[in-house]
Formats: sequence, structure tokens, C-alpha cells
Amino acid sequence: MTVAKTLYDKIWDAHVVHEDKDGTCLLYIDRHLVHEVTSPQAFEGLRMTGRTVRAPEKTIAVPDHNVPTTPDRENGIENPESRIQVDALDRNAREFGVNYYPVNDIRQGIVHIVGPEQGWTLPGMTVVCGDSHTATHGAFGALAHGIGTSEVEHVLATQTLIQQKSKNMKVEITGSLRPGVTAKDITLSVIGVTGTAGGTGYVIEYCGQAIRELSMEGRMTVCNMAIEGGARAGLIAPDEKTFEYVKGRPHAPKGAQWDAALAWWKTLKSDDDAHWDKVITLRGEDIAPVVTWGTSPEDVLPITANVPAAEDFAGGKVDAVRRALDYMGLKPGQKLTDIEIDTVFIGSCTNGRIEDLRAAAAILKGKKIKPGLRAMVVPGSGLVRAQAEDEGLAQIFIDAGFEWRLAGCSMCLAMNPDQLSPGERCAATSNRNFEGRQGRGGRTHLMSPGMAAAAAITGRLTDVREVMTESA
Amino acid sequence: MDKFNTLTSIAAPMPLVNIDTDMIIPKQFLKTIQRSGLGKNLFDEMRFDDNGNEIPDFVLNQPAYRQAQILVAGDNFGCGSSREHAPWALLDFGIRCVISTSFADIFYNNCFKNGILPIVLPQDQVDVLMDDARKGENARISIDLESQTVTSADGQQFHFEIDPFKKHCLLNGLDDIGLTLEKVSSIDSFEKQASQSRPWV
Repeated sequence: MTVAKTLYDKIWDAHVVHEDKDGTCLLYIDRHLVHEVTSPQAFEGLRMTGRTVRAPEKTIAVPDHNVPTTPDRENGIENPESRIQVDALDRNAREFGVNYYPVNDIRQGIVHIVGPEQGWTLPGMTVVCGDSHTATHGAFGALAHGIGTSEVEHVLATQTLIQQKSKNMKVEITGSLRPGVTAKDITLSVIGVTGTAGGTGYVIEYCGQAIRELSMEGRMTVCNMAIEGGARAGLIAPDEKTFEYVKGRPHAPKGAQWDAALAWWKTLKSDDDAHWDKVITLRGEDIAPVVTWGTSPEDVLPITANVPAAEDFAGGKVDAVRRALDYMGLKPGQKLTDIEIDTVFIGSCTNGRIEDLRAAAAILKGKKIKPGLRAMVVPGSGLVRAQAEDEGLAQIFIDAGFEWRLAGCSMCLAMNPDQLSPGERCAATSNRNFEGRQGRGGRTHLMSPGMAAAAAITGRLTDVREVMTESA
Repeated sequence: MDKFNTLTSIAAPMPLVNIDTDMIIPKQFLKTIQRSGLGKNLFDEMRFDDNGNEIPDFVLNQPAYRQAQILVAGDNFGCGSSREHAPWALLDFGIRCVISTSFADIFYNNCFKNGILPIVLPQDQVDVLMDDARKGENARISIDLESQTVTSADGQQFHFEIDPFKKHCLLNGLDDIGLTLEKVSSIDSFEKQASQSRPWV
């Protein structure tokens, strides 16, 4: 009799190159994604030690964090430090012969959007990148996680990582989501329950009817934020939607290889009697459109709620909440829907895909943003941007008063010129509301694209369901 | 990488929970293409005001803690981004050990690649060490990696767990790429076998 396994167990077992007596494993890496911020020191390390990239054909490089998203970027990057970093990636990618999408290639974009879009990310793979949001690729049933620069160098040199196995956590979302509720609300609500350290030491598999009913884009949104819950990775078992999404992509298998791959991919699911170290269950019907009010992704509440007080919490969180409310300029008891915003940012590896832009455009169609507001849409890739233009979404955003930008990470982490000023308050579809994340002193509220669009219209945090009712 | 054996030092108290890597080293300092020189920007937005002047209240600006080699921190230290610039900045400032009730996974691993020892202890023991840290120059904490113990200023000993491989690398200052390359024949045979079983990869 074989031991029942989780999906994580199965992918792990298929990639163990060597196991030491103490359980330390050498794990084979199928895909290594590289961007300009966390890789220069790794390539330099290779040069200094005379090492090479072991599998350049499995390595994919794209600049995303630093790139300007204004139309004039083809003229070059103004900020000298950003330019040096992007130039370094260009030089390294060409010298070491890895797959590469330069800044002005239409396929350029956020690394976690480009990987799936080009068919580099496939079910059952191990995928790493020097970026914590590598968890995104788990949506395909790939074991995907972020690594530091020393590990980037290790993967470049050896195509492996030294790993200890994590524990298995199941997060089940039963039933169906209500109207106006999205993948972003699922993933934020889960973090609201587990806390940002609740997933530490685990790989999460998301399952249940509400997860099955999500599109691939939605599943990527859910897995993207597994890291914000502290988990090493998030996974969703591949199904027909996954195969449909992957089929025909430039680097997906074709012909007989497709058939062989599909046969294996169909076995990639947790056995019914697999062991789970931790199980969390949420009812899809209970999940509301949510926003964050504080400076940690766990500071999440339904949009209908009020700002909490420090005294509502226990332990070290009391001081953290006091600090967060001060930083965010909020008062306990204040209605979340009374919080006025200055800026709206739609984009990022969390919500920069075509479906996200469709959701926001559906709310904005025929409407204008509140006068005086700054609002921008930054598509996740050049191809997402082109598709949104073909579908008429770009014109809806432009007519509403949004800036229509080129692809990149942009204001999610504000390494390029897209930044908040001190005290500026932003409705953002990104993934982190940390102090200073979007610019020193900037105040970030995380939410879904539809919620961000609704906030753009009213100029305050808004329940998307109210705007939807008006449109209907 | 420098070896880590024993360390006795003043410890800086940072009881705030969820100290994230954006706090440890804000994004504007990630544009470097080197590993060194980030210590001056460690905790930049907490440590300096908008004009670049030191904020006197911040712990590492207080005279007692400028030479601290240990941080005692709140739960979930190092959460957020995978940036190894966070341990690089800590190390460049002089921090060789961080003690907390828990660490974010990627940060925890990154520490070991840079000769920094992250120690996980239960809340009551971290509380004792946090009290020590608050005493500044009047209390020193000692760490012995070989015996896996932390000793508080008044001599209480706390045992900590650590993965044997990570301990071995840290004690000996080993480059793990070199260690992995010793197993290159295993990698070769894995690739050969995988090219048969999963040729589409």
C-alpha cells in the first residue's frame, strides 16, 4: 500500500536530487525567474568564482521593479541607479545566455505575469525567483517560492536548492462567492484569519468549490499572497482550467509531449486520505469585499466595518496597532467608508492581469474619477496592455480619468518614479501595506480591482456592491 | 562568509511585532549592485527624519546600542520581501544575531547565507532577553552556537533548535554552492532521468 500524499508531497518527491540523513534535501529547480533587483550580486558571484549558469534554457530574465511606466521610457531610464541595475541585467542575461525579455519587448512585464503568460510555468514544476511573490505560480500546481540572492546564485550555479521540507496546510473555501467578492477578498480574508505569521513553516494548498470556480487569473491572485500569510508557497491543484490556460502558450509542450505532460498533470492532486498538519476552512458566502486599514496585510476588515482600536488586540499587536493607526492617520471607530483617498493604483503581480483590468473597467465604464484624484492603471505585461487596448478597456480607463501606463511593478513597491508622498493615501490593488512601501510616509489600503475602481469614483473607500447596484 | 561560534554583546530591544524587510531596508536602497555598504541605511525610515537627521528615540541611535551585535525582536521578524539586502544591512551595521519568537521563512534562510544567526525561542524566554536588552550597557547576552544556548545577563540558559546542516555551515563559514557542487554527479543523473520522465521540462 502506498502512503497517501498531498500535492506538495508529490511535487517535492519528484524533485529530490539527494537527501541527507538529517532530512536536508537537494531539490531540483525546473524554472528560475530572474529580475534586476535581486540578481546582480548573484551573477557577480558567478564571475568571481569562475562558475557558469548550469541551465540557461531554464532561466528567464525580465526587468520589472525599476522600469519607468511612462510612455517616454523608450528614451532610457533617468534615475542613474535604476538604469545601472537594468543595464546590469541586460549584460548578465546576454553574457550568460539566459532567456530574456528586455524593457522594450512587448512581452516584458512583471516576472510573475510573464512566466505564466509565456508558458514557462507549468503544473508540477519547481519554480523559484529572487522575489517573495513567486508564490503566484502555485496557481498552476507548481511548487513556487521566493529566495534570497545567495540562493539565486546557488540556483544559477547548480539548478538546485538546499531545502528542508515544509508542513502541509489545507485552506478550503467552500461554496460560492457572492457578487462583488473576488479572489483578492479570499486571499486577504484568509490572512485576516491566519495572521501574517500563521503560514510560517507551511506550504498551503487552497481548495474547495470557491477556488475551483476561480479563473486562472483569480487563482494566481490567491496564491500570490500566500507569502503575506507567511507560507513558503501556495498551491492549487491543476484542472481543466489550468490545462486550457497553458495549452498553446509559447513554451508549453506540444504534440506527443503535451499528451505525456497532461497524463502526469492529471495525477497532481492530493490523495483523499492525505495528512494535513493544519486545516482552515472558510465559507465562500461569508467572505465580504475587504480592505486593509493598517500596515500589515493581516489588518483586514470587511468594507462595512469600522477602524478598530488598539485595545481590541492582545500581546505585541496592541503597540503595533497603535503605531499603525498613527501612521495611517486613522481614528478607532471611524467608518472605513469615510476614509478619503488621494490616489488609486491598479496593477502589480497580485492584480495586474487582464481579468483584473476587466473587473475595474466594468465599474468605471461611463463614469469619471473624482476630480483632483490621481489614478493610474499599470498593466502587468506588455501583452496584457495590448489585450486591454484591443478589448476597449484602455479607453474606459482613459475616459474615466486614469493614466494608462506601460508594464512594470510600479507603485506596488515604488522603486521607479511612481511613488506616494508623505501622508498621501492610496487605494491599491497591490499586496503590501507596510510603512513606506509605496513611498515614505505613504498610506496604503489594499483591495480588489473593483473596489479600487469604486474608490476612484467616490474618492473614498467604497463598497463596490453599491456602485455595482447603481450600474445595474 | 564569516564563521559564527560564540558571541557576547549588548542587545538592542525592538519589541514591535511584524518588523518587515521594507522597514529593515527601504526599497530606495535596493538599487545597489553590491552587497556591502547598506549598514548606514539599516532601518532608514525609523532611524532618520525626512532631512536625514537621526531620530534620537530610535533604539539604534541611542549611545548604548550603537555597538549592539544582537537584536531582540518582536514576533515574525523579517516578514515581507525576499530582499537579501535586509541581512546585508544588518550585518554591515554589525548585527550577528537576531532573537525572536518567530521569523519569516525567506529572511530566516537569508541570514544563514551571511553569517547571521537567527534564534527562535518561546515568548517567556524572549521576554527575559528583551528585559536584558532594555538595560543597555548593563546587560550582555551570550550565545554559543556549538552548544545551542543563549545565556541571559543573570546566567539563565536557554536552549535553541537549529537545523544541523545550517549549524555546520555557520560554524565553519562554509559556502554551500561549493558543497552542492560536490554532488554534481547526482544532479547530472537526476537531469538525465528527468529528461526521460518529464521531457517537456
